[in-house]
Amino acid sequence: MTEKPINGEKRVFMTGNEVVAWAALAAEADIMYGYPITPQNEIMHYWTRLAPKYGRKFLQTEDEISAGFTTCGGVLSGKRAFTATSGPGNILMQESMTMAEMMRIPTVLVVQQRGGPSTATVIYSQQEVTMTCYGGNGEGLRIVYSTGSHQELFDYTIKAFNIAWKYRFPTFVLGDGYQAKMRESLYIYDPAEKGISMLKTVPFVGLEGMPGVDRDPSHLRNTYNTEEELYDVVTNLVAEYEKIAPEVIEYQTFDADDAEILIIAHGIVTRAAQAAVKALRSQGIKAGHFRPITIRPFPAGEARAVAAKAKKLLVVESAQGQFQRLVKDALYGLTVPMEGYFKPGQGITSEEIVEEVKKGL
Amino acid sequence: MTTIAPKMPKSWRTETKPHKFCPGCGHGLVLKALGEAIDELGIQDRVVFGCDIGCSLLSWDFFNVDSVQTHHGRTTPVVTGVKRARPDRICIAYMGDGGGYAIGAQHLVNAASRNEKITAILVNNCNYGMTGGQMAPTTLPQMKTETTPYGRDPEETGYPTQGPEMVAAITRENAYVARGTIANVRQLKGYLKKALQNQIDGNGFSFVEALSSCPTNWSMNAKETWAFVEKTMPEYFKIGELKAPAKKEEKIDV
Repeated sequence: MTEKPINGEKRVFMTGNEVVAWAALAAEADIMYGYPITPQNEIMHYWTRLAPKYGRKFLQTEDEISAGFTTCGGVLSGKRAFTATSGPGNILMQESMTMAEMMRIPTVLVVQQRGGPSTATVIYSQQEVTMTCYGGNGEGLRIVYSTGSHQELFDYTIKAFNIAWKYRFPTFVLGDGYQAKMRESLYIYDPAEKGISMLKTVPFVGLEGMPGVDRDPSHLRNTYNTEEELYDVVTNLVAEYEKIAPEVIEYQTFDADDAEILIIAHGIVTRAAQAAVKALRSQGIKAGHFRPITIRPFPAGEARAVAAKAKKLLVVESAQGQFQRLVKDALYGLTVPMEGYFKPGQGITSEEIVEEVKKGL
Repeated sequence: MTTIAPKMPKSWRTETKPHKFCPGCGHGLVLKALGEAIDELGIQDRVVFGCDIGCSLLSWDFFNVDSVQTHHGRTTPVVTGVKRARPDRICIAYMGDGGGYAIGAQHLVNAASRNEKITAILVNNCNYGMTGGQMAPTTLPQMKTETTPYGRDPEETGYPTQGPEMVAAITRENAYVARGTIANVRQLKGYLKKALQNQIDGNGFSFVEALSSCPTNWSMNAKETWAFVEKTMPEYFKIGELKAPAKKEEKIDV
């Protein structure tokens, strides 16, 4: 065993992509499979420079279809494998991630959202919410962490590996181009320092012993013959997902308890929302903020509890209502009026949110 | 001070010049050769031009011809779709080595196999330019890129894709296949003209790879860049016509 990539804890000033590479190293990731796409590239760049020093591996595939399926192959072999992508690449990864959902393959995928639809921009958006949560021909049996800072990128990339391997659902870290490309101060650490031990990984194929003699062979499949058979399989998958959801959900509230106007936002927009709440409170306006960290599974009960107390809800996102659909789904039946402030593919400042709130008073 | 505008092909759109490629990039030369080929064949009003993701997308408004930009090497099927719907158009798919040989390789292979009557032009600059210089299928052995920071090791990542050789192997005699270079623009233009003429004649699939430069990501000065294009690249990627068009489908003995 080579030395640890990070000893103890260190204060650093890094881009988010560099943070993800360090987090994957710290989390004892064995191999990354990837394909170039902006704004995710530097995860690969740092990984290809660092990984060989710690005995880790990398494969550049011919596209994201392949990057996703090679990640499935790596995980099936018992390796802590991951990949990273964005935008049109995320589209191509949906095929492999639905296989991961169906077969309970604990893949880890870091998404740095760019503008959409199609090629669009390489800069920033929150337009990959629907796809990351519900992409593919299935039921969205995934775990999606929407991060809002470089510290969270580090923390949740490490966590994603353990959550994926614990619950065996594909796990996503949903960042964006701002987080990917900007530099920010954070602490990187050896997970052991924080009492985090990385779960032991196990192979699903390539097991020891003579199949049929020493052990049963692994016969893994995605295909089913009858409607009834598939119905049972999917019903069981959904039941298991719903059972673990309460253990997985994470969220934050800011001045939400007595809030008359509740701002609901996720990802990096939470920072504008938090600043807006401070500014509004200083002006005597009772504003609060609810922020899901897991946007799938969604902390529906928790959102409902605070939303029900408010007089008005404002959903703020850098997309045209993709996140609002998740919120509406969670709050169905509540009669509190809801408005949306949408800027697809564009950043949102606290000043804009303050103005939007005051406009509606 | 007076500035004299350089002579541009008639089919270029002057409003979008100077173009957006990096200084020293070879795309401008390939597109100049293509523009002159379009002019000389008198087909500007019939051309539908498709370009891809990566640096090739910067040509989306390059010509005074109807153009469509897509990504992931899908320019080949998009342009194939146009050609199947409008066989009277001259359809060009313009892409990079990543689009054609990696992420969109299946489209190049299958368009060639089906003998689609389109002209595909692929610019080979040994790396992914737009995304910051990662390894491409065409990266030469030992070459350093952002994803091969210690040099491309063929044991790990294979050898560079020989695109025209592959296309020549899977097409019949009515296809046109060539590899040109920006180091010989006159020859490149000749190849592009023949590739377009092959489509005009309704013969079959036409494919031209153009060796090109990327000083930005190669981190080379002008002299080193030119030496790399003129000397180093052709040692692995041989210049010339691999398949010249026959007017009619050859009878194949069964």
